[in-house]
Amino acid sequence: MNAQARAERSPGRAFKLALIGTAAGAFSGLFGVGGGTVIVPLLVLWLGYDERTATGTSLGAIVFIAAFAAGTQGLYGNVKVLDGVLIGIPAIAGVTLGTRLQQRVSGPAISLLFAVVLLASAVDLVLR
Amino acid sequence: MIGAVLIGLAGGVLAGMLGVGGGVLFVPGLVAFLSLSQHQAEATSLLAIIPVALVGTYRQDRYGNVNRGDALMLGVLSLAGAAGGVALANALTGRVLRDAFAAFLVVVAARLVLRVRAGSQARPIDRSSSMH
Repeated sequence: MNAQARAERSPGRAFKLALIGTAAGAFSGLFGVGGGTVIVPLLVLWLGYDERTATGTSLGAIVFIAAFAAGTQGLYGNVKVLDGVLIGIPAIAGVTLGTRLQQRVSGPAISLLFAVVLLASAVDLVLR
Repeated sequence: MIGAVLIGLAGGVLAGMLGVGGGVLFVPGLVAFLSLSQHQAEATSLLAIIPVALVGTYRQDRYGNVNRGDALMLGVLSLAGAAGGVALANALTGRVLRDAFAAFLVVVAARLVLRVRAGSQARPIDRSSSMH
């Protein structure tokens, strides 16, 4: 058994997955995001994932996390279903494009552009 | 309506490229362009994330980038955290939640910049044996 396979079976690994999942769920519920911001770096740092597998696995986990958090938010009456659909459907086209691009470009410029957009959004929110 | 479509497209591209559900763009977009409250924007963002993550997972799985067992484990083990996070969000005022979210965006932006500065540190680890 190589080191990789041993790592896959250790109880510490399950514990790390539980910690990552709980942290991602909390961030998702608190901020209305999927939790990939938490999951991707922790999979890379703690479990030795490469960036792409961390990204793909994170998306898989987010299906469950977002569905549960959205359902819970629905109980509070906060979900605007029509708006969610208007955004979610075109976003499918976006994610298809984004996934294709990810296989081809390293993406530093894209990352920096997103960083600027996020900072501008932060300023906009605080000034409201 | 065009605003919503554009928010969706942009968030989707981010999701596909960076592995997040697009929520970091959905939430401020819903607040800025569709005038939702912070609470409504976060809740609606979560709904919009579901199809994005579903399709993203399907695509990534075809490229062999999804460790299915771990994805399922993470999803199931996140439920308590998600319930706690939603309860906390609804215990906060819109003002506090908005400012906290803004701080979260700054952290995400900083992380993106740091990742770029670290250069191509993406370590290619062969995990093909552990997949599928």
